[in-house]
Amino acid sequence: MKEKKIKAIAVGVSAGGLKALVELFSNLPADFSLPIVVTQHLHPADDSYLATLLDRITLLKVKEAIDKETIKPGVIYLAPPNYHLLIERKETISLSSDEKVNFSRPSIDVMFESAANTWGAGLIGIILTGASSDGAKGIKIIKDAGGLTIAQDPNTAEYSMMPQAAIDTGAINNVMSLDEIGKFISSLRR
Amino acid sequence: MKKSEIEELELRLLLDAMYHRYGYDFRDYARASVERRARQFLGKAGLSTISEMIPLLLHNVSFFQTLIREFSITVTEMFRDPGVYRVIKEQVFPVLQTYPFIKIWHAGCATGEEVYSLAILLQEAGLYTRATIFATDFNDEALEKAKQGIYHLENIKQCTINYQKGGGSESFSQYYQAKYDSIVMDKTLRKNITFANHNLVTDQTFGEMHLVLCRNVLIYFNKTLQNRALDLFDDSLRPGGFLCLGNKESLLFWDRAKHYEAVEESARVFQKKYQPERLNMTNGY
Ligand SMILES: C[S@@+](CC[C@H](N)C(=O)[O-])C[C@H]1O[C@@H](n2cnc3c(N)ncnc32)[C@H](O)[C@@H]1O
Repeated sequence: MKEKKIKAIAVGVSAGGLKALVELFSNLPADFSLPIVVTQHLHPADDSYLATLLDRITLLKVKEAIDKETIKPGVIYLAPPNYHLLIERKETISLSSDEKVNFSRPSIDVMFESAANTWGAGLIGIILTGASSDGAKGIKIIKDAGGLTIAQDPNTAEYSMMPQAAIDTGAINNVMSLDEIGKFISSLRR
Repeated sequence: MKKSEIEELELRLLLDAMYHRYGYDFRDYARASVERRARQFLGKAGLSTISEMIPLLLHNVSFFQTLIREFSITVTEMFRDPGVYRVIKEQVFPVLQTYPFIKIWHAGCATGEEVYSLAILLQEAGLYTRATIFATDFNDEALEKAKQGIYHLENIKQCTINYQKGGGSESFSQYYQAKYDSIVMDKTLRKNITFANHNLVTDQTFGEMHLVLCRNVLIYFNKTLQNRALDLFDDSLRPGGFLCLGNKESLLFWDRAKHYEAVEESARVFQKKYQPERLNMTNGY
């Protein structure tokens, strides 16, 4: 495969996500230079504990995304509960309270589609554990735009439905365990 | 040019066309959101590219109306984010209490649930009779629903819970009549409310407000337009007046933010500082 310039990583995760994200992010190096945007399905009434918790277990900064902020390298942005997270072409965040997509707000499809528009072939899309099929459409859009797509191995995922739905689209480049995904992204540079 | 760049261009042309043909200006809306809706609409309309919409838009008013409907998100609910109402009741009302007349502006009121919610709390606090309430939106269809004050019954349980969480002290059921599968809001709540069309992109200020609520509207704008709207609210607010935004909206990127103090940051309720030259004036008129 031709060497591509990687610009960003987008992660979609649902049920079982907390444990998976902890495992994925805890070994990232302090000088990690890619921005990571994450949509994790949450209950609308959840407060922002997820960002606080993840921020503690990784060397990188983890924060709940703020509307209109500029995306910075080496920062992990989480979609807030009850808002879709979208990426603008000029690498800023837009939040939206549009209707739910796939019964979800935030929706992984919504984030993936806008991330693919912005970063095209420079995007890596990752689908982790979940009992939903959100993200399957989006991962295909990432792939069609030339991006690299990864699904957590359904056999090792706490909930297999979401990674399986992504794999079933035929748009997944690599199926990997969490550990392998972690090692792979740790090796990347912007 | 990449496919995504072509689409970006098509969208720009479409928004230009809409503005020059009909005066509706979406050019400074958060682009990613507008692009998503435009794409979504393509599927429904049986078209394959955004640029195919341009001739339809230019020559066909009903196509324009459909598209506008697609672009405006009027999702709302009674006592949405109840914690915010509680802050208004507990920290803003005591200040409003000191004025003989109060003027309130709901900008982007959609179908009106927010307006009726606050009206109920005003009534319970004994402030309603001295209140003049302006409720505006640029979507006439939504405004018409707001005027009617008729809502689906299905969410009534959630409304009632939110009403209580929001600081309601009576029984929510006294404010509406159930009819078939709908509820009709009590007419007396409407007495001091004026519903009107107002566009935050192109229209001007409203005078001397004590409280401006603009919730979950700015989030659809880009930074430039957010700042225009915030300037508009600032120009409409009296010193000491209050501004209430949506939960994920902030004053972070606004140069006049220094003139405001957070009453309660998490509820996005801010108070405009009393300017130095007005400090020695007493409250009210
Ligand atoms: C999501 S609703 C918010 C309703 C309510 N304030 C709430 O928080 O529940 C957004 C509203 O903003 C209105 N809106 C969008 N752009 C506007 C503009 N330029 N001028 C006035 N209203 C606008 C839309 O028509 C819609 O009714």
